[in-house]
Amino acid sequence: MAVAVSPAAAAPASDDVPRTVVSRGSRGDLIFRGVLRAAGLSSFLITAMILIFLVYRGMWALRADGLSFFTKQSWVFVGNQFGIGGMLPDTIIIAAIASAIAIPVALTAAIFIAEYAPGRLRRFLIAVIDLMAAIPSIIYAVWGRAFLMPRVIGVMGWLSHHISWFPPFRITIAQSASTFVGSPAIAGMVVSLMAIPIITSLSREVFSQAPAAEREAAYALGSTRWGMIRTVVLPFGRGGAIGAAMLGIGRALGETIAVLLIITPTPALNWHILQSGGNSIAALIAGAWNYATYDQLSALMAAGLALFAITLIVNSLAAIIINRSRSGAATAD
Amino acid sequence: MTATDSGEPRELHDAGSAESYLQIRRISAEDVLAVAGAAVASLCLTWVLYEQVLPFSGAFGFWLCWYLLFVLMYLAVAGLIWQRLVVRDKIMAVLFSSGGIFACAVVFEQIGYSTVKGLPAVRHLNFWTTTMAFGGPLSPLTQGGILHAAVGSLEQIGLATAASVPLGIAAALFLTEVGGRLERPVRTIVNAMTALPSIVAGLLIYALAVLTLGLPESGFAAALAVAIVMLPTVIRAAEVVLRVVPGTLREASFALGASQWRTVWTVILPTARSGLTTTVVLAMARGIGETAPVLLTAGFSNEMNADPFHGWQATLPTFIITSILDFGQYPNYVARGLGAGLALMLLVLALFTIARLLGGKAPGELSKRQQRRLSAVQIEEPDAN
Repeated sequence: MAVAVSPAAAAPASDDVPRTVVSRGSRGDLIFRGVLRAAGLSSFLITAMILIFLVYRGMWALRADGLSFFTKQSWVFVGNQFGIGGMLPDTIIIAAIASAIAIPVALTAAIFIAEYAPGRLRRFLIAVIDLMAAIPSIIYAVWGRAFLMPRVIGVMGWLSHHISWFPPFRITIAQSASTFVGSPAIAGMVVSLMAIPIITSLSREVFSQAPAAEREAAYALGSTRWGMIRTVVLPFGRGGAIGAAMLGIGRALGETIAVLLIITPTPALNWHILQSGGNSIAALIAGAWNYATYDQLSALMAAGLALFAITLIVNSLAAIIINRSRSGAATAD
Repeated sequence: MTATDSGEPRELHDAGSAESYLQIRRISAEDVLAVAGAAVASLCLTWVLYEQVLPFSGAFGFWLCWYLLFVLMYLAVAGLIWQRLVVRDKIMAVLFSSGGIFACAVVFEQIGYSTVKGLPAVRHLNFWTTTMAFGGPLSPLTQGGILHAAVGSLEQIGLATAASVPLGIAAALFLTEVGGRLERPVRTIVNAMTALPSIVAGLLIYALAVLTLGLPESGFAAALAVAIVMLPTVIRAAEVVLRVVPGTLREASFALGASQWRTVWTVILPTARSGLTTTVVLAMARGIGETAPVLLTAGFSNEMNADPFHGWQATLPTFIITSILDFGQYPNYVARGLGAGLALMLLVLALFTIARLLGGKAPGELSKRQQRRLSAVQIEEPDAN
């Protein structure tokens, strides 16, 4: 920050009074700081505006349907029968499937990049993860719909046949060519690809901050590399990795295009993850948008509000956890 | 990384007369052969089981089976060669590296898939130079193209960058230069916003700009929504870049009597220029593929609309999704959508490469040209005195 002179050298002499330097910013500086502060607060402003305007515009639907908006499992334009009772849990189910795949893959990739990969390979892999984050979700979605879906249906069929004692894997609709097409499981698989880079890059940063002295100590005690990772890196990075994983879940909750392109949309809850059907809130908004009248937009705004509320809670918790772990890293150095 | 990782030889005091060095962290032939052997053996076993014995189908299941068998095989092979502790170490190394390999495979798969599928449409020159104004669902690939969508994408990303980059860099400067009590909550909310559902940004702009302020559904509205999505990316990346500007430079500027805004303007920002450029380009790469908010706020069009402030505008992502969802039964239209996917992928790759070429330099690290200019100045200086 600005000028601050510490009068450390003046300690021995008694009659020397330490000079206190007060720096008062010029008017230009005050304006400058004000502008920067305003820019910093813009993120608060945007978050607040999202809340205010979605509540304002969604009010009509919320007032018309009351609490049943959150429990009713229908989305019928005729007669305005709106409810996200099916899609809210399905959003969470899809995000859960996505994170069940993304979190282990992303954390192993992060540990590989931070601990195993030698210098040049590490830089290459960091670039690959950045690129993975930059590839548009529509590209993943098209790939998932046209390439992955036909190749993964065999596994889905096998799972539903042999592990049907596990209720979510059971099939409740008639067997046909499209039984396994457009299921929450496939949507979750594609969404996981979009959660992987965000988790990997954040947790890699945390893992690579593990103090070198403690690593050396572990090696000096005769540890193998895995032993060192288990006893030094993982405990050190636990907070950051949890936060990163939660941000990945937040990303998966809000993913629109992949779900829109892959799932066969139904407003009713589908917790049999291997069979066709179900929908997420984000995909519902994108899919129903063009056909909605002014009144029906209100229902979509209310659905968006529910989605925003969930992701805001998950993401803020994640960000707080990440911040905590960062400050812990600062004291450890 | 640590010293032990650089492959330094460590002394081993064994009973022999001559002291020999034990090389740790070196990949021996044994390691390579164990992995390769397990991979080949499991591939063969998977082929026999999967294709011949069991009634499975689908390429995905094949590779899943192969991976599981590979891990088991490797465990068995490693158990034959090494002790338990070493086996555990090796197996974890294999598991971790498969995470990294998986990420690489996904990225190259995406690039390869969009290239292969996009080529049939992209080969025709009219794909790049015409719009879909006179192209119906059945028209052949030699007619119609994506020019209107490309123009829309470029205009919108330009506007979104113009909106989000100054604001984002100013917010990052607030975090690094001003700070104070608000620093922590701002950083928390910025981190939380990185995972903001992009469709919610579209909803906000629609509710605020279109419904309340009466702005038309247009490329400009879409650009505002994309700017909201880009903002946290810009702030986070710019903060990382600004944070590594050496504090001594800052203090030197203050010691010369410069005010804070002069210091930021003439010392900190120029020092971080290369990193900030990378940030901007990466954020553009992130923003150009945004689909959901554009879908809500910009509408769609088959014709050229070069005016981002009035009228509906198509972009590459909305062109792709329309061609796949609404015209899915027309092979030529789908091929065009996949071609647009390749165009989008090329744009992202180009932006990404530019970012890598510009970036990767530490703050204050000079390019060859800058160094030459600087040395020329230093030679001239004594003459001037």
